[in-house]
Amino acid sequence: MSPRTLSRPIRVLVAKPGLDGHDRGAKVVAAALRDAGMEVVYTGLHQTPEMIATAAVQEDVDVVGLSILSGAHMTLFPRVLQLLADMGRNDILLTGGGIIPPEDIDVLQAKGVGKLFGPGTPTSELVQYITTWAAANLDG
Amino acid sequence: MSPHDGELERLREEVAAWRAVYGKLPLREGVEFTSVSGRELEPAYSALDLEQTLGAPNELPGQYPFTRGIHPTMYRGRLWTMRQFAGFGTAEDTNRRYKFLLERGQTGLSVAFDFPTLMGYDSDHPRSEGEVGKCGVAIASLRDMEDLFAGIPLDRVSTSMTINGPAAILFCFYVAAAEKQGVDIRQLQGTVQNDILKEYMAQHAWIYPPEPALKIIVDMFEWAAEHTPKWNTISISGYHIREAGATAAQELAFTLANGFCYVEHGMARGLAVDAFAPRLSFFWDVHNDFFEEIAKMRAARRIWARHLKERYGAADDRSWKMRFHCQTAGVTLTAQQPMNNIVRVAYQALAAVLGGTQSLHTNALDETLALPTEESVRIALRTQQILAVETGVPNVADPLGGSYYVEALTDQMEREAEALFAEIDAQGGVVAAIESGWFQRQIARSAARFQGEVETDRRTIVGVNDFLEEERAAPDILRIGEEADRTQRARMARLRAERDDARVEQALTALRNAAVADRNVMPEMLDCARGYCTLYEIRDVLERVYGAYREPVFF
Repeated sequence: MSPRTLSRPIRVLVAKPGLDGHDRGAKVVAAALRDAGMEVVYTGLHQTPEMIATAAVQEDVDVVGLSILSGAHMTLFPRVLQLLADMGRNDILLTGGGIIPPEDIDVLQAKGVGKLFGPGTPTSELVQYITTWAAANLDG
Repeated sequence: MSPHDGELERLREEVAAWRAVYGKLPLREGVEFTSVSGRELEPAYSALDLEQTLGAPNELPGQYPFTRGIHPTMYRGRLWTMRQFAGFGTAEDTNRRYKFLLERGQTGLSVAFDFPTLMGYDSDHPRSEGEVGKCGVAIASLRDMEDLFAGIPLDRVSTSMTINGPAAILFCFYVAAAEKQGVDIRQLQGTVQNDILKEYMAQHAWIYPPEPALKIIVDMFEWAAEHTPKWNTISISGYHIREAGATAAQELAFTLANGFCYVEHGMARGLAVDAFAPRLSFFWDVHNDFFEEIAKMRAARRIWARHLKERYGAADDRSWKMRFHCQTAGVTLTAQQPMNNIVRVAYQALAAVLGGTQSLHTNALDETLALPTEESVRIALRTQQILAVETGVPNVADPLGGSYYVEALTDQMEREAEALFAEIDAQGGVVAAIESGWFQRQIARSAARFQGEVETDRRTIVGVNDFLEEERAAPDILRIGEEADRTQRARMARLRAERDDARVEQALTALRNAAVADRNVMPEMLDCARGYCTLYEIRDVLERVYGAYREPVFF
């Protein structure tokens, strides 16, 4: 399945929330999604949840991917999710990855966060996940 | 080292004949015989590869340019310092971990700070929410620093602090804590990382723009040379550059280029190079490619010695000697089959020791999942102790010296580094190349290349893209709850209520005046620490004078 099942490219915001400076993963993922035909915006480092939600709405993205290696995921994912809902945009898929223990992933997914990916995940898996989600959830 | 002409001619013929035989033999299919950094390797090395060697033919350990180590005795004189990087939760939590490690034979301390501290935010600052004590210990004032080292006499341990953007502030907290213990600060031993240039390139815990940040670093060089002469004022770090994706040669060259940049800034202040260069130290990542890593460390010593002596005119041999810490490569740890990480770490530790390191941190097997548990750090420390006392490796200095392969790789590394120095110069120097994002792009490109190799199975990682297993339950990990955050907030509230507000105001104003007048800010900053000004208050005063750094964003 390719993003071309839509008549337009999938738009993704790759974001680094919080104070965590580890951007190797975020940059590799952003480049891989772009190479898969998506339109990718990367926020840069040290973004607040407010900055990320605002950018997501302004850039009119379909998907927001957070990269968190700082242990602050239980604060940051719910905050971004809530802000997107407050802006009336809970249609946006919030996904991401980093150093996140499995039991935390379960809790976050129960709150409405999408799939979360750990170390060693091939980028093809993220592409597959997003395109599958887009085919089922996006029109046009 | 090179045989005389007749012998050389004969060797050339023999190698050519051997090559012809080699070329007809079957090799393992689908395997690329390149290093982790993508370096093409010969099937075997001989004296021919050392014909144009950059090394001195009969160099011995402890002799300039120190390819073979900085001491004649190496580990016979003194073992490397076993220094496990640790910190989590509150100062009290981490104080308990330090005592645990010291009781088990660790010989130096190494402080891991949480993200708010690394970025210069107090634990009760809005930007700190959710991050207090998570990735390290929260230290927001002298009060926290006093508790971190309660019961640990600061004149009897050596302490390394991984702190960069606000390094000068945390160093002042440490000095003030020593004063409170009644310790003579001239006896303080340890290191602050304080390497802001690699923050812009790779690790990304910055505050101020490069030029004012470098000014504060030179202030520390100047102040410490007089007041804390045994303290290493900087640890010029390749570690984070490598972890962000750089190759071994890029790690080597970018880090050394940063080192030269600090030397030049110190000299531009009017400091004599021999007044501060002996206190500069280095920090290397030890990745998986065993011989490439050893060659990197040997080349690093040689390049540093040559540049300090020949280019900067240092006359004190302590300025020529590169002393360094090593840490095994966090990026090589796998979340899959995490027990295998013990083995990776052991090989990397061996490479660090064969490379002649002065101190070593061995990663714990679970660090790709969380901060390590007591059990996993005990295994990591024991890995070093087994290497030190059971393997016999420390008995002989530079045991790989004279190996055709290792010497040829060392030469190759030095040549590649020199070529990269020329490229950096062509970019306008280190600061200009940071501001344009040149370093960041080079590193990101190497990271993408490596990821591509793994995903196309041209590079194999055990448990990740081959030798897979049905995952068993993850090991028990250390969990940091929200308790540290609550405790820290209460501690901050108590501090703000108890301290002398007039003293705080007065100290911060004096610091602002020193910065505006472009004086050395260290005396006033230390006075802020003594008066219990908080981390963010000090950071903020200087940010209003110096401005904030904005990164070039790209991917």
